[in-house]
Amino acid sequence: MDFVVAQFLTGLASASSLFLVASGLSIIFGVSRIVNFAHGSFYMLGAYLGWTFVTNLPYGHLGFWGGVLAATVAVGLIGVAIEIVLLRRIYAAPELFQLLATFGVVLVVQDLTLAIWGPQDLLGPRAPGLRGAVEILGQRFPRYELLLIVVGPVVLGLLWLLFHRTRWGTLVRAATQDREMVGALGVDQKLLFTSVFFLGACLAGLGGALQLPREPVTLAMDLSIIADAFVVVVVGGMGSIAGAYLAALLIAELQAFMLVAPPFTVLGIEIVLSKMTLIPSFIVMAVVLIVRPYGLLGRPMAHARAVTGMIEPVVRPAPRELKLVGLATLAVLLLAPLAAGDYGLIVLTEIVIFVLFAASLHFIMGPGGMVSFGHAAYFGLGAYGAALAVKHFAAPMSVALILAPLAAGLGGVLFGWFVVRLSGVYLAMLTLAFAQIVWSIAFQWVEVTGGDNGILGVWPAEWASNAYAFYYLALVLCVAGALLLRRIIYAPLGYALRAGRDSPLRAEAIGIPVARIQWAAFTCAALFAGLAGGLFAFSKGSVFPTYVSIPRSVDALMMVLLGGVQTISGPIVGAIVYAGLHEQLSRLTDYWRLILGLAIIVLVLAFPQGIAGAAQRWWYRGKGEVA
Amino acid sequence: MTVLEVTHLSKAFGGLQAVADVSFTLAAGELLALIGPNGAGKSTCFNLLNGQLKPDSGTVRFEGRDITGLKPRQIWRLGIGRTFQITATFASMTVRENVQMALLSYHRQLAQFWRPASTFHREEADKLLAQVGMLDQADRACGVLAYGDLKRVELAVALANAPRLLLMDEPTAGMAPKERVELMALTREVVRQRNIAVLFTEHDMDVVFGHADRIIVLNRGRLIAQGRPEDVRADPRVQEIYLGAGGYA
Amino acid sequence: MSSADLLAVEGIHTYYGRAHILADITLHVRRGEVVVLLGRNGAGKSTTMKTIMGLLRPAAGRIVFGGQDITGWAPYAIARAGLGYVPEDRRVFTDLTVMENLEVGRQPPRADAPQWTPERLFKIFPNLGEMRNRPGGRMSGGEQQMLTIARTLMGNPRAILLDEPSEGLAPVIVDQMADTILALKREGLTVILSEQNLHFATRVSDRAYIIEKGRIRYYGTMAELAANEAVRAQYLSV
Repeated sequence: MDFVVAQFLTGLASASSLFLVASGLSIIFGVSRIVNFAHGSFYMLGAYLGWTFVTNLPYGHLGFWGGVLAATVAVGLIGVAIEIVLLRRIYAAPELFQLLATFGVVLVVQDLTLAIWGPQDLLGPRAPGLRGAVEILGQRFPRYELLLIVVGPVVLGLLWLLFHRTRWGTLVRAATQDREMVGALGVDQKLLFTSVFFLGACLAGLGGALQLPREPVTLAMDLSIIADAFVVVVVGGMGSIAGAYLAALLIAELQAFMLVAPPFTVLGIEIVLSKMTLIPSFIVMAVVLIVRPYGLLGRPMAHARAVTGMIEPVVRPAPRELKLVGLATLAVLLLAPLAAGDYGLIVLTEIVIFVLFAASLHFIMGPGGMVSFGHAAYFGLGAYGAALAVKHFAAPMSVALILAPLAAGLGGVLFGWFVVRLSGVYLAMLTLAFAQIVWSIAFQWVEVTGGDNGILGVWPAEWASNAYAFYYLALVLCVAGALLLRRIIYAPLGYALRAGRDSPLRAEAIGIPVARIQWAAFTCAALFAGLAGGLFAFSKGSVFPTYVSIPRSVDALMMVLLGGVQTISGPIVGAIVYAGLHEQLSRLTDYWRLILGLAIIVLVLAFPQGIAGAAQRWWYRGKGEVA
Repeated sequence: MTVLEVTHLSKAFGGLQAVADVSFTLAAGELLALIGPNGAGKSTCFNLLNGQLKPDSGTVRFEGRDITGLKPRQIWRLGIGRTFQITATFASMTVRENVQMALLSYHRQLAQFWRPASTFHREEADKLLAQVGMLDQADRACGVLAYGDLKRVELAVALANAPRLLLMDEPTAGMAPKERVELMALTREVVRQRNIAVLFTEHDMDVVFGHADRIIVLNRGRLIAQGRPEDVRADPRVQEIYLGAGGYA
Repeated sequence: MSSADLLAVEGIHTYYGRAHILADITLHVRRGEVVVLLGRNGAGKSTTMKTIMGLLRPAAGRIVFGGQDITGWAPYAIARAGLGYVPEDRRVFTDLTVMENLEVGRQPPRADAPQWTPERLFKIFPNLGEMRNRPGGRMSGGEQQMLTIARTLMGNPRAILLDEPSEGLAPVIVDQMADTILALKREGLTVILSEQNLHFATRVSDRAYIIEKGRIRYYGTMAELAANEAVRAQYLSV
């Protein structure tokens, strides 16, 4: 019993940390409608800056509390700088471009942190006066944790007062609903947004700095916390601060108790909960979203006004010139191996695989209007499906390449059933959760998947083992897959999908089963992503959990968004540009993330419609009505 | 012949009784107007009929069949068409494609994934567009149409499943007086040709008194009057809570 | 522009993407006047209002308010210059109470404009006074319409833009709305409204501009318009 209390207290302390980060994310999202991927970076910076301020300033240090405070404010100011320099320019851009831009910031911050603080983990200082432990019901419990337990509710209370008892808070709540109207009533939105960003970033920075006595400071802090924070915000309900605390509590307690749960067996399989800590939070999220689609304390989101201002253009058959460009591209891809060296061939193979991967994501994002943050799940399921078939059943490549899309398709059927019940940001978050479940299994079920070491020795069949042969195999399958997807987009199924996106009300009112059509499309996209994943496994000869990781999902998003969601040729252009850029950069410099991040930011600022979208506009300029 | 029969329909949201014990019938070829002040429960009532909401109690019968609580698309399949207050069309499609979409659904061809959608039911779509006078704009994007034209497209879409009942939510909202008259005349003609029953909500009293065969009046969720236009106009309660002294009474 | 003009719109052109929505719109509004923009749906009334308010940027032309050239200003700056805006689709903050909605609109008082407090507003809008702590989302359409006007008045504007105030309201509420506008006029407020309802417009307005396909086709006093059957038939299709 005593031990239960201690575990419960540990959960409370973790909940506070999680809440600090998640509340900042939620506040920023509420007003700016920006899903700030860089929020994890703010948290990480809070920890690093806190470490420096507390222990390592050149002219003496600020002491623990001074350091924490300084780090909090410093991160707030960094947030302000990012808002003014970058985000302010793209508030009118589609939500997902904003996401792209903030992911660019993640990459930049990662490399800058590496450059400044180096790759080693840093051990944090202890808080003065809070060293050691107290006895609670016979259990020793760290004093510092007791402090953290208090911090969460105190911050929650202060935030509530701020939002409900001050004019600033009233304005922020109003802007959360309709920022254009707030502006028309005489409120300077720029100032309001910047101040909100300051507050949100401060909360993340504080969360990071307060972690110092609890755990070492590492370069992986950003992405690990951001996934948890997304979950907390979504489970609690977007924009609900109290909901965020409740959700943080739920998830932190669950994790705390799982860590110490004894192993047990179900149907002869030993379940070691303490080794599967990553999965429960995502299962909680999936369950909550099914029961309460807007989160525990959330409400249906007011349709954000004037956020995109984009009217979906009419999809017309490609003009003859574009078809010629397509044929020319295909010809180049067919002839390229003649000029490319061994390395070039590897890059080309990767590019054609990514074209299919991106096309499959575009299929649900463009015509379907469903934005997936976790498309890597299906890529990974395909890759692991193929690799497991080879490793455990000694399947030949041809069989494995059939199993790959099937495995992914099954995943699509299962996850898609849940996903199509939601829409917008919630849908995106749920796809992320499912991808993290797949990732957790790949990472933690070591006996089967090899965990972090992956599965090696996934080589192509004899006839395709030559790099040229494999390239052409990939080219044929991927081009055929992309063309088939394109065919579907123009067929009744694709039209029905688009109808559900354009006006779900009207679609249902003319007998279109929108959810079922979306489910079919989701499965279809998963199938093709799985094929891409299977091919990728054979091209590399191995699979790793990174194939299912968040960065891989973001890769696919980047490709689609860079190319332009609205054009059918977009994902192809995007895949070629992005994969090429990525490959070249990682070869040329150690700081490729920095360069890539900056490139993404510049591209987003320059082409808010995507590259192919911009080209399309340019093409139709002076050709009558665009829409 | 009675097409629609509504009995004791009720729906509450939280503590608010939005629709309370509403009963009425509608016959083939009849235009029935549903009017009342803002918040009287018109929209709720409409959404209970088209399947968007499920009633707490009461039944809705269509051609004798109980359709209470069915989903919008099931209700549509039975032969009930619908137009929206704020036009809902597929902005990324042309006018003709919008109608083709409804026809594809009607003919249960949505799962087709090979033949281009634009090659299906072209003539049938054009016939419907001709009926509402939109054939000459068939290839334009719905997103660029004038408002009155969008309403006509909606009507064509709503006719694609050969409905016996049309539910029209404020069909003339946001139109100029002359356009209103034209649209209602068009509706009237279609109704006569096809012997369709129409239930519509409307704020424009000229449209209501000029085109409805019968009127029902809602206030705070309850039916307070029903009958021929001249009777409803003369009803002192209707004058007090809705029509006011503004020249309609 | 004449020195008596509070608002002068001179030759503005506005585009949505590539679509030319407003062409060479010119309007003059004197202090204390109620001026109506008449036209059917899609004629460009709302676009004109949004352009004046800075929510859309004109490609050409000039907007002068109270002697200051406000062309290209941000909406908040235009609001602070004393021009209020009531959008056609109400847009109350549904999560906020009546009092909080009013708070969002509050701006410092202005010497040359009527000054408003919630208490004064509740005299004109008695309904609102009875539901101070009710969230905007739980009010009827008519009450919401009144709240948006009251909220804009909290900025103590010199003039307000009222976009289709009678749209979608029951006839009784439309009557109340007309009384309200006349009451505001008596307070010395300048009102620019857009309307399709000629009956309503005639009751409250001094002068009218008729807009059609993004151009001003006619302007004159309400009495002149009433006498000009040809114009009414051509542009207002009555």
